[in-house]
Amino acid sequence: MGKPVFLLTDILIFVLVGLTLLFAWYAHRHEHLRAPWRRVVQSRTALGALVVLGFYVVVGLLDSVHYQPRIDTRANGDAIYSGEVRSLFDWIAGPLRANQEKTYSAPFAVHLYAKENIEQPDGSVVRDYPRLDHAGAHLANPDDRWADVAQHAERGLAWGLLVWAVGVLLLAAVRARLRRTALAESVGTLLRGRTHYPWHVALWTLLVMCLLIGLIATVGSHYHILGTDKVGEDVLYQALKSVRTGLMIGTLTTMVMLPAAILLGLMAGYFKGWVDDVIQYIYTTLNAIPGVLLIAAAILMLHIYLSNNADEFTSVTERADLRLLFLCLILGITSWTGLCRLLRGETFKLRELEYVQAAHSMGVRHFNTLLRHILPNVLHIVLITVVIDFSGLVLAEAVLSYINIGVDPSMDSWGNMINGARLELAREPVVWWSLAAAFVFMFTLVLAANLFADVVRDAFDPRLRNSR
Amino acid sequence: MTNAARDTQPGESLLQVRGLRVELGTGDGAVRAVDGVDLSIQRSETFALLGESGCGKSMTALALMRLLPPVGRISDGEVLLDGLGLLDLPEASMRQERGGRVGMIFQEPMTSLNPVMRIGDQIAESVRLHDPQARDHIDDRVVELLTQVGIPDPVRRAREYPHQLSGGMKQRVMIAIALAGRPKLLIADEPTTALDVTIQAQVLTLLKDLQRDSGMAILLITHDLGVVAETADRVAVMYAGQIVENAPVKQFFSRPAHPYSRMLFRSLPDASRRDKPLTVIPGMVPPLSQRFTGCRFVARCQAATTECELREPPWLAVEQQGWRCHYRPDEVVLKDAADTVPPPVSDAPDTLMTVQDLQVYFPIRQGLLRRTVGHVKAVDGVSLALQTGRTLALVGESGCGKTTVGKGLLQLLKPTGGRVDYAGTELTTLDGGALRKLRRDFQIIFQDPAASMNPRMLVRDIVAEGLVAQGLMKEQAARHRKVTELLAQVGLPAEAADRYPHEFSGGQRQRICIARALALQPKLIVCDEPTSALDVSVQAQVLNLLKELQHRLGLSYLFITHNISVVAYLADEVAVMYLGRIVERGPVHRVLDAPAHPYTQALLSAVPQPEPDRHHQVIRLGGELPSPANPPTGCHFHPRCPQAMPQCHQTYPPVFSGEQGHQVACWLEQA
Amino acid sequence: MSAYVLRRLLYAIPILLGVNLLTFVLFFVVNSPDDMARMHLGGKRVTDAAIEQWKVDHGYALPLLFNAQAEGGDKLTETILYQKSLKLFQFQFGQSDSGRDIGYDISQRMWPSLAIAIPTLLVGLLVNITFALLLAFFRATYLDFWGVVICVTMMSISGLFYIIGGQYLVGKLLNLVPISGYDTGWASLKFLVLPVIVGVIGGIGAGTRWYRTLFLEEINKDYVRTARAKGLAEQWVLFGHVFKNALIPILTGVVVVLPLLFTGSLLTESFFGIPGLGSYTIDAINRQDFAIVRAMVFLGAVLYILGLILTDISYTLVDPRVRLE
Repeated sequence: MGKPVFLLTDILIFVLVGLTLLFAWYAHRHEHLRAPWRRVVQSRTALGALVVLGFYVVVGLLDSVHYQPRIDTRANGDAIYSGEVRSLFDWIAGPLRANQEKTYSAPFAVHLYAKENIEQPDGSVVRDYPRLDHAGAHLANPDDRWADVAQHAERGLAWGLLVWAVGVLLLAAVRARLRRTALAESVGTLLRGRTHYPWHVALWTLLVMCLLIGLIATVGSHYHILGTDKVGEDVLYQALKSVRTGLMIGTLTTMVMLPAAILLGLMAGYFKGWVDDVIQYIYTTLNAIPGVLLIAAAILMLHIYLSNNADEFTSVTERADLRLLFLCLILGITSWTGLCRLLRGETFKLRELEYVQAAHSMGVRHFNTLLRHILPNVLHIVLITVVIDFSGLVLAEAVLSYINIGVDPSMDSWGNMINGARLELAREPVVWWSLAAAFVFMFTLVLAANLFADVVRDAFDPRLRNSR
Repeated sequence: MTNAARDTQPGESLLQVRGLRVELGTGDGAVRAVDGVDLSIQRSETFALLGESGCGKSMTALALMRLLPPVGRISDGEVLLDGLGLLDLPEASMRQERGGRVGMIFQEPMTSLNPVMRIGDQIAESVRLHDPQARDHIDDRVVELLTQVGIPDPVRRAREYPHQLSGGMKQRVMIAIALAGRPKLLIADEPTTALDVTIQAQVLTLLKDLQRDSGMAILLITHDLGVVAETADRVAVMYAGQIVENAPVKQFFSRPAHPYSRMLFRSLPDASRRDKPLTVIPGMVPPLSQRFTGCRFVARCQAATTECELREPPWLAVEQQGWRCHYRPDEVVLKDAADTVPPPVSDAPDTLMTVQDLQVYFPIRQGLLRRTVGHVKAVDGVSLALQTGRTLALVGESGCGKTTVGKGLLQLLKPTGGRVDYAGTELTTLDGGALRKLRRDFQIIFQDPAASMNPRMLVRDIVAEGLVAQGLMKEQAARHRKVTELLAQVGLPAEAADRYPHEFSGGQRQRICIARALALQPKLIVCDEPTSALDVSVQAQVLNLLKELQHRLGLSYLFITHNISVVAYLADEVAVMYLGRIVERGPVHRVLDAPAHPYTQALLSAVPQPEPDRHHQVIRLGGELPSPANPPTGCHFHPRCPQAMPQCHQTYPPVFSGEQGHQVACWLEQA
Repeated sequence: MSAYVLRRLLYAIPILLGVNLLTFVLFFVVNSPDDMARMHLGGKRVTDAAIEQWKVDHGYALPLLFNAQAEGGDKLTETILYQKSLKLFQFQFGQSDSGRDIGYDISQRMWPSLAIAIPTLLVGLLVNITFALLLAFFRATYLDFWGVVICVTMMSISGLFYIIGGQYLVGKLLNLVPISGYDTGWASLKFLVLPVIVGVIGGIGAGTRWYRTLFLEEINKDYVRTARAKGLAEQWVLFGHVFKNALIPILTGVVVVLPLLFTGSLLTESFFGIPGLGSYTIDAINRQDFAIVRAMVFLGAVLYILGLILTDISYTLVDPRVRLE
C-alpha cells in the first residue's frame, strides 16, 4: 500500500497507549486502584462520556498511523512513493478527503458559495453559482437533492442500526453464556439497565455514534455535510482531522511534564531543606513568566530556527509535526508547576505519617520509601490532574492557534478552523459552518472529558468522598 | 410499653425517649445505628450513656437534637422534652429548643468553634437567639457567661479568636454557648475525650458545679467508665445500637448485670491485675446493616447459649436496674483469664540502653534573615536507662515531649544534644549506613494503627518490609514463611497476609503493626500510645499480647502513654515528664502509690477511677501547660504548683534520690 | 510583618533574575541577533550589511556578555545582557523594534486594560458567589444537580465562542452596542459593556462550580454543627458562618490575580479592539517584536510576585489565625 512513516508524535502517542495499557494491567492487580475505577464505570455519566471519548480516541489513533502512498513503480520494480504523507484515517475517509471543491460551499449545497463566470455549452458566459465538482454531481436536477439526501441517510441509518444491533447481540450472548440465561432476557436486562454496570447508557450512546457514522459514510461521500472551506476542503473532514491534534495536545503535554512534576514534587516535599528551596525557586520562576508569553517566545524562536534551517525537513507534515511536539513540550513546561506544587504539599503531609516513620525506623532507604510509600499514595492526585488538565489543554490549543502561536497553520486543528472562519463572519450571507463544526466537535470532546473528569475526581479523591 | 421508661415514674422525667431508631443510608445497605433506644432523664440528673465506638451513642445524641448528618434519618420513635414531642415539631420551633432548652457540646473543641469569629460574638449569637431579657445588654451577659465557665479575664477573652485559646478553654467556651439559652438539658458528647486528664478534671468539675447551681440535667455520652463513676447518677450501656443495661451508678459499679458490662470491667487494666492477662472480649461489634434474630452480643459472650442465638433477649429488671439478657447475673458465670506465672525476673537486669541528658530543640526563626531567635525545647535534658526485658513507662500530658523522647532516642529526630548509648555504641554520632544496620534492634509502634500502615500495601509486604530493607531474607518463600509465623505470633490467621490494612479492625491492625516490629527481632520496642486509639475491650487484647511477647522474647519496652491504669498494669518503672523534663522516676509501685512530686500527685489524682464509692481528693491544677518555647523560670511547674515555695521561682530543682532508685526533681525533697 | 514583606521582596530579586536570564537565553543565545535580523528583513537573501545595519539601528550590535573593546565598567554595561535584559530592573523597557518607547506605550495602554478587567472581575465575583451560595443552599436537590450540569456545560465551551457569539448576537443581530473599538472617557462605556458581559458569562461555569465546592467543604465542618446546635436557621448558618470561612480562599484567590489585571486579557482586547496591554502583547507577538515581548515578560513576572506577596498579606487581614513571621 505504501511506505510507513513514523512521525515523532505518532511514536509518542503509541508509547502512551502502551503505558496506559500497562497501567490498566497494574491497576487491575491492585484492589486500591481497581475499586475507584469500578466506581467510575458504575456512573452513567462516566460511561456515556467514555464511549464518546472512545470514538475520538479511535479517530485520533487511526490518524496517527502514517504512510506515503505508492504512486508508481519504476522499471526496475522499485516503488515510487508520493511526497505526501497520509494516514490510515485518510484512507478510510477517502471520499471526504478527495472531494475537494473550488472554495466555500454551504452544508448539503450543490452549488458554490460565490458566483463565477460559467461558460455555457453554447459558448455564452453567464455569471451564476456553479455546480460543485463533487457534491451532488450525480444529480441531474439539483432540486432532487433533499430526496436524494434522505435516501442516502436512510441507508446510512440502517447500516448504523445493523452494526449496533449485531454488537448488542454479541455482548448479550456473551453475558447470557456467562450467566446461563436466555439470550432474549439478556438483551432485555442490558438495554433496560438492570445490570450492575450501567451498560444501557453505553449502548444507547453507542447507538447514536453508530447512526452518526452511518450517516457520514453514506451521505458524506455524496455531499459536504458541513460544507467546504475557503480552499474547498470538506469541513467535516477537517474537523475530524483536528481530533488528532486536540488529543495530542491534551495527552502528550501531560505525558512530557509528568516525570518532572512527579520527581521534583516528591523530592521537594520529602527532603525539604535546600532541595525544597531550589525546586520551589525553579517553579516560582517559571510560574512568574506569563504562560502565553513564554509559549509565544518559544514558538517564535522555533519559527526562526525553522526558517533558517528549512532544508532539514523533507515534508511539510514533518515540520508541522515537530512544531506540534514542541508546542506540547512548551505547554508542559508552563503547566507542570501546578501538579508539582500539589505533590509537594501532599508529600509534605505523607512524610510525617506514621507508616513513613515506621519505614524509616526499619532502615528503609529514601529512594525505596519514595517509591513504595509516597508515590502510590499520591498517584490519585496525578491521575485527577491529568484528567482535569486534558480539557483545559484542548481549549488552550484553540486560543493559541488563534494568536498564531499554536500548531502549524498547515495542520488541521479546531483553533486553525476558528481562526480561518472568524473573518468570514462579516460576509453576507454568513459563512458559519466552519465555526459551527469546530465548536460542535470541540464542545463534545471537552464536555465528555469534563464529565468524565468529574466522576474520576469524585471516585479517587478520598477527601471528597468522606464529605458526602 | 418501653422497658427503660418503666423504671421511673413518668411524671418526673425531663426527657423521655421511646423506641428511637436512626438509619444511616437507605436501601439494603442502611445501617441501623440506633435501633430502639428507650431512656428517661430526670431533672438535675446526670445520665451517662456509655459505649464503645460505633455503638450508636453519638447518633442517639444527634437524633435528640435533630442534627443528624445528611445520610441519617430518624425512622421511628418518640422524644418528649417536658412532655413536648421534639420529633414532631416544625423545624422553626425545633430551632427554639436547640440551644434553648437543650444545649449541646461536642468532643472536638478544637474544631467546634468558628475559627474566624470572635469568641464573644459566638456566644452573643446564642444569647440573642434564646435570651430575650438579655438583648439590651448582650456584652454583659457574654462576660457573665464566660465568668460562669471559669475563664479568667473574660472581657479580653471575649474579643479573642478560638485559636488563641487552649483546648480546655475552648471547651469552656462551648459550654458557655450552651449555657446562654439557660438549658434544662445539656447533652455532652464525649466532652473531655480530647483533653488531658488534668484539664478533664477541670471541665468535669465545672459541669458538676454548673449543674448544682442551675439544676439542669446532663446527658453525658462517654466511653470512659472512670468518668461515669465520678460524674453520673445513672448510666445506660449501649451496644450495637441498643441499650443493654440501665442502672443507677452505684448499683452498676457494684454489680453489673449484663455480661457485656461485666466483661468490660474485667478488661480494665490496673495494678491489681498485673500478674494475669486481662479478660478479652473477643471479636468485634457486628455490622449494624444486618437483621438480628438473637442477642447482638452472642458472638462475643463467654456464656452464650443456643437460646441467645435464636431468640432476642428480653428486658429484665430488678428494682432500679434493668438489662437486656436471657439470664440473671447469678445464672451467668464468667471465667477469669487463666493466671500466668510471670517468669522470674532477675533482680539486677542488664542495662540495654542509656540515655544521657537528651535534648531535642526545634529552632524558632524570625526576622529578615530567618535567624534563630530561640528554641522550642521539646526535650530538655532527659536521662533514662532501659533494662533488658523490662518496661519503662514515660508518662505525661500532651505537649510534654514524651513522643519526642521516643523519636529522639531512635534517631528518627536528630537530637540537639546528649548521648544515647546502646550496647556500647553511641547512636547520636553514627552515620547513615551503620545506623541503618542497627535500626533492626529497636522498633516503634504508633498510636494510630490506621495511619501506621501504608493503605496501598498488602499486609504481607507491610510485615516483610523490614526484612527486605535490612536484606535479611532475600528468598521470597522464606519471607512468606516468616510472615505467616509472625502473624501467628500475634494471633492472626495466615490468610491475613493477602489482605489490605483497611479490612481489619483497630485492634487487629495494631497487632499487624506489632508483627511488623517483631519481624526484625528487636531488643527494644518504643510503644507510642499504642492503645489510646482503641476501645477498652480491644485495648486488653493488645496489652495482653505485649505482655506475653515480653515474657516470651525478653523484649524491652519504652511505653509512652498518658493512661495511668495501663502504666500500673504493664510498667516496671515510670518516668513522669513535664515540659520537656523528667520530674520524677522510679519503680512503678513507688511512683504510683507514693508520688513525691506535686505534679505527679496532681496527675494521679485527676484520673477518674471506675469506683464511685472511693472519693479521692482531686488536686486541681490551675492554668495550662506553658509553652516549651518560653518555659517559666526556676522550676517549670511552679506557676501551677499548689506547694510552690519562693525557691521554686528562681532555680530549677536538682534531682533528689530516694529509696529504690526513686528520683524526684523538686525542692520539697530537699528537706 | 514588615520584616516578612521585606524578606519576600528580597526573595523576588533572584526570581526576577531567573526570569531575566531565561528570557535572555531564549532570545539571544538559542537564536543570535543575526537570525532575528534576517527574519525581520525577510528570508535568506539578505546581505550581511543589511543585517549589520538592522542590528545597529535596534541596538543589537553588541557582544552578548562581555565587551572587550569598551572601557572600564562599560565592558559589562555595553553588552546585550546589560542593555536589553538587566536594564529592565530599572523599569527601562527601551524601544520596541519598531522604534516606539515601550515604557510610554505601557503607561498609556494599561488604563483601557483595567477598564475592562476590573469590572469583569468584580461583577464576575458577585455573580459567581451568588450562584454558588444558591447551589450550596439547595445542595443535594435537583436545582443543585442541574446547576452543576449547566456549570460543566458552560465550562466546556471555548472562550473564543463566548466572544464570537456575543459579538454576533449583541453586536450584529441586535445591534445594541458597537462590535469593537474604544473611546476616551465616558464615551468608552458603550464599548466596555459587551466585553465585560462576555467576560463574566465566560467565567460563570468554572467560577460558580469552584465556589460551590468551597462552600460545601465548609458546610461539613464541625463548627457548622455547633452553629446549628445553637438553633440558628439554615440561611444564617450559611451566611453568618460558612460564608465567612469560605470567603478566605475566595478573596485570597482574587488577590493573587489582582496585579495581573494590568496586563489585560489577550483575547477580549484583541477581539473587541481595545487598545490595552493585552492587544499590545498580541500585536507584538504577531509582529514578532521581541523587545515588547521581553518587556511584557518582565512586567508579568513582577506583577506575579507582587500578587504572591499581596496574597500573603491579605491572609493576615481576613484570617485571624494567620500571622506572618
